[in-house]
Amino acid sequence: MRTFRYERASGDEAAVAAMAASPGARYLGGGTNLVDLMKLGVESPDVLVDVSRLPHTSVEHTGPGGLLIGAALSNSDLAADHTVRTRYPVLSQALLAGASGQLRNAATVGGNLLQRTRCPYFQDPGKPCNKRQPGTGCPAREGVHRNLAVLGASEHCVATHPSDMAVALAALDAGVHVLSGAATRTIPVTELLRLPGDEPERDSVLRHGDLITHVELSAVPEAAHSLYRKVRDRASYSFALVSVAAALETEGGVVRRVRLALGGVAHRPWRARTAEERLLGEPATAEAFAHAVDAELAPAEPLRDNAFKVPLVRNVAVSALSDLAARQSDGTARLPEAR
Amino acid sequence: MNTADRTGEGVVRLEGRAKVTGAARYAVEHPLDGCLHAWPVPAGIARGRITAIDTERALAEPGTVAVLSHENAPRLGEPEDPELFVLQSPRVAYRGQYVALAVAETPQAARAAAAAVRLEYAAEPHDVTLTGGHPGLYAPETVNGGYPTDRERGDFDMAFAASEFRLDTRYRIPPLHNHPMEPHASTAVWEGPRLRVYDSAQGAHAVQSELAALFGLEPERITVVSEHVGGGFGSKGTPRPQVVLACLAARETGRPVKLAVPRHQMAQIVGHRAATEQRVRIGADGAGQISALAHEVVTYSSTVREFTEQAATPSRTMYASPHSRTTHRVTRLDVPTPSWMRAPGECPGMFALESAMDELAVTTGIDPVEIRLRNDTAKEPDSGHPFSSRRLADCLREGARRFGWEGRDPRPGTRAEGRLLIGTGVAASGYPVYVAPARATARAEAAGGYRIEVDATDIGTGARTVLAQIAAEALAAPLDRIRIGIGNSDLPKGPVAGGSMGTASWGWAVHKACRALLRTLAEHSGPLPEEGLSAHADTSDDVAARSDAYARRAFGAQFAEVQVDMDTGETRLRRLLGVFAAGRVLNARTARSQFIGGMTMGVSMALTEHSTMDAEFGDFAERDLAMYHVAVNADVPDVQAYWLDEEDQELNPMGSKGIGEIGIVGTAAAVTSAVHHATGVRVRELPVLPESLLPGLAEWRRPAVV
Repeated sequence: MRTFRYERASGDEAAVAAMAASPGARYLGGGTNLVDLMKLGVESPDVLVDVSRLPHTSVEHTGPGGLLIGAALSNSDLAADHTVRTRYPVLSQALLAGASGQLRNAATVGGNLLQRTRCPYFQDPGKPCNKRQPGTGCPAREGVHRNLAVLGASEHCVATHPSDMAVALAALDAGVHVLSGAATRTIPVTELLRLPGDEPERDSVLRHGDLITHVELSAVPEAAHSLYRKVRDRASYSFALVSVAAALETEGGVVRRVRLALGGVAHRPWRARTAEERLLGEPATAEAFAHAVDAELAPAEPLRDNAFKVPLVRNVAVSALSDLAARQSDGTARLPEAR
Repeated sequence: MNTADRTGEGVVRLEGRAKVTGAARYAVEHPLDGCLHAWPVPAGIARGRITAIDTERALAEPGTVAVLSHENAPRLGEPEDPELFVLQSPRVAYRGQYVALAVAETPQAARAAAAAVRLEYAAEPHDVTLTGGHPGLYAPETVNGGYPTDRERGDFDMAFAASEFRLDTRYRIPPLHNHPMEPHASTAVWEGPRLRVYDSAQGAHAVQSELAALFGLEPERITVVSEHVGGGFGSKGTPRPQVVLACLAARETGRPVKLAVPRHQMAQIVGHRAATEQRVRIGADGAGQISALAHEVVTYSSTVREFTEQAATPSRTMYASPHSRTTHRVTRLDVPTPSWMRAPGECPGMFALESAMDELAVTTGIDPVEIRLRNDTAKEPDSGHPFSSRRLADCLREGARRFGWEGRDPRPGTRAEGRLLIGTGVAASGYPVYVAPARATARAEAAGGYRIEVDATDIGTGARTVLAQIAAEALAAPLDRIRIGIGNSDLPKGPVAGGSMGTASWGWAVHKACRALLRTLAEHSGPLPEEGLSAHADTSDDVAARSDAYARRAFGAQFAEVQVDMDTGETRLRRLLGVFAAGRVLNARTARSQFIGGMTMGVSMALTEHSTMDAEFGDFAERDLAMYHVAVNADVPDVQAYWLDEEDQELNPMGSKGIGEIGIVGTAAAVTSAVHHATGVRVRELPVLPESLLPGLAEWRRPAVV
């Protein structure tokens, strides 16, 4: 029997030390993904360092209108936080669109960011997968890939990152506080998760033992006018086919501030900077949104069975931005999404 | 007598409390001293031969007791189902087929040992892909259920060519999987020369008979217990490999062995609904009257055993059709053997036929309810026999009334709410009335009360409760005076819980035994003897004596309303309403649950369920409940089932028809017809996914976005 040791970390430093002592150790948050992977034989850690009881479970207000979110906070608790719901509705909506109530109660903020792809080949140790076993090949390109990437993939990997929360955090330019050895650094969430390139086994830029302690949100005034829209195969409990996190501020019908991130399309949440840049100063119209999103999606390289994602994410992005624009032009600007 | 004890009333499940408190024991929940746990090893190739097995590492795993394979497993006798001839040969017929078994002190140790078994293969090229023109297609001798492969009436080609309206369409259904909450699971105990098995099965006697053949035992020396079963949907209607493996392992080790099939192995192991490609041609006149109907089905089976989904059979019985052709062709692929899944044949076949009926309605400009009424028939077209009862028209009319069908604008895309397009659709449903011989015992006990025994199986349907109600009514006794024993092969033999025939078959025997007991009691004077007074019944003669001058079938009508997001192509059900005529309903509560359960599964089939055969590897890609999308609560916000009173003297003493499967029949066509009504897009390949609709939805979106 494959045995492993379970250690409940008494503090951040102890957690990092426990990881440093064992190259086969893994952090355990809610366990909603890692434990499944252990059962499937995809992961076989020799030590589980439980960081779910570390005292990082609060949402604190920081200086000028920002928030510091504990990495061990549950997805449900973060979604329900009053400030998050009113000032960053896109984040609350993204969290509530994910998984099921039971899973959201168990899943942590840090664990959500670092969950693994649900690519069927990655989850089956009986098959090749460059992410699971570098150099064995990627059968997904020719095989089953309906829900895999259309942007930023490489010949080695076409996996998608499954998180909803991370898409909202990417749109909000969240910073991720990481304890690395004795040093703390802050990594933009858009840089935490990476594209596969020729190292598909690395989902993120973190090194073994790096511990996510907090996620920081700065003041984002336009986030008050934000929303998350997710397209999925059933009404609940399924991963996004595509998703959109959007925030928009207009003035006199002109785009003043805009944030757009796409989910379900790439190895990481896809921050649509090309579209954002094109939209600044443009009229907030469906035509302008469509042209900007088209420019963003121009480099898309869909596979045989996922080409539908390109027009799909375009429709959803344009519709989301149009809805945000309409709310501001008809005087409902200050109302957060009713949920 | 309390009227609540009679049949027809919504009596709560007798075992409900035991189930919700955990007192009810399922197949691997029986505590046994010294019990071992087994974990199967699935084949890693789609076709070929095992050339070497290395079990050294597996046996070295702590806690491992044995590793069985074709090299060392005891030889088995020949079973009826060759899928059960496990660990007897180095041949691999499909990926995932069980080729070895690890047995250990704990489930975790068994899993680790199974993972440590090293297999080498000589792989051969495989073919797992069904195509309409597959070179291996042939006409089987018969199709599932023993139905004829092909039927011809009149001159289809002539009549079709001469028809004013001609419809020629093809429908595709992907592989669908039975995923009962309780996986296929078994506990085996050898007690000297006797074998005792707790098995999650839909029929204990069916398991007993296969185990007898496999292990060369007299059936009387085998006891199979299936007292509580957590669902099956047909996939537990015949024994599955895990029960044979558990028995083999228990014999080899001399200790009890438990084996529960892991969820992610189920798709390959427990049977599934084979994919079908169905061509439907209808020739009709301007009034929508059908003169020519052809329904041609192409499907697959495995190389292990022939199983042909009888999807064309509904077209032999549903509508008047003077000229008809119905055919089945099957090819053998290197895939797992398909099998029964809720309403085999009827469910996939009615999706095609009822979708075609909706297309005919649109083509002829006749209301979809009305066109079905115009093609109603009092005689079954295929046999020429009158139906013993057929209230299809009443179901359609009552359903239309309750649903609010009248005044529906038939034009597609005429209802919108914001970016949602709304549509409604209807489909008929039907299911054959089967019955099989059964035996039962009724005993009046000296201490008072009655003991009823029959090897029936309650897979969550409420069968136990309904049988007790039947006994209470036949004995004119209160329900709380009835004790009932089911789910055990030591009890009088009954058929499997399948084909929606359980209650009719077992109930008939229970009814007969109770009536016989009343006669015995009437002749008896004085106190009852210590062992009580018993009466036995066997309905073989009664079933054989049923008149064959009638066609027997249950009917229904399903009405669906859906919304389609014009930006995303997401389809969601708004409401579903079914009206059924299925003889006498014996328990309103459990019957409603059966109807809405079947309807929910039909919604799932229409909108979410599908699996993908991986052409390179030869297995299904969606193998757990996160990947294989069964409808969740949020997908079925409003499902209502009603039934009509139906008196039919040609059925059985209770006057009942089966209700376990009809709910799923027709539902998918009602949903896809509603999608067409909402959007103008006809989806002929299930399920309806965003990509099915997006190209066709472009015209509905705001001009600026087009």
